[in-house]
Amino acid sequence: MTDTTKKQAPNPKKLLFLNRKAPYGSSLPREALDAVLMASAFGQQVTLVFLGDGVFQLKTQQDPSEIEMKNFSKTFAALELYGVSSIFVEQSSLQKRGLTLDQLLIPAKLIQPHELTELLEEQDQVLSF
Amino acid sequence: MIFSLAVYGAPFSCQASDSAYQFACALLKQGHSLHRVFFYHDGVYNGSTLAIPPQDERNIPASWSQLAEEHELDLVICVAAGLRRGMLDATEADRYEKPAHNLEQGFTLSGLGQLVEAAMISDRMITFGN
Repeated sequence: MTDTTKKQAPNPKKLLFLNRKAPYGSSLPREALDAVLMASAFGQQVTLVFLGDGVFQLKTQQDPSEIEMKNFSKTFAALELYGVSSIFVEQSSLQKRGLTLDQLLIPAKLIQPHELTELLEEQDQVLSF
Repeated sequence: MIFSLAVYGAPFSCQASDSAYQFACALLKQGHSLHRVFFYHDGVYNGSTLAIPPQDERNIPASWSQLAEEHELDLVICVAAGLRRGMLDATEADRYEKPAHNLEQGFTLSGLGQLVEAAMISDRMITFGN
């Protein structure tokens, strides 16, 4: 893949973005995604984790036009262009909401709670949204 | 240790702003440094100079402003989140031809890059709200 948008910073930090909210009840998920793109534009090592209702952010076929909201889920496709491929979904969160990986917009890996603990420990910073 | 804080909660609505302010006071008192406080989402209202709480209650924007003056803090309101919610400095009010601006002294409007930079520079980045 040609990647022109991502500049590698001299000392990139491991930044994990924890996404916990459903996509349209709050503007926080959209604002989180803006922050994710900014961090990757800064050449940081970005990881995304979707937890709880946050898994709904990745659901395919979103159409919030009737509540006069922009469908910001299309922006998730930009993650690949920005070189962000470390994307995890907490398994039981997905399962409890009756969703499967093939119903998600972008390729994501399932993660178990104990693996999430390890992943969090590896980070320089965790940004919770 | 170098800290930065991210504040997402509106003042007077939830505990986030008070907790962030008290945390900032505590870390400065213990001799740590505070690189930046970044106000995002509803946290941008922390910078409104027009807030008028009753006289016997704490005034959160004024408290931040005073703390910033004492410790030369960098209080940054995300410009995109701020403009959406009507947080303007004189420059933006002029640019968008609005009749007023409302940024408390000590706060500045800047981009989301300031949040990322804070995360890169700081030993600890603490989120308050939501």
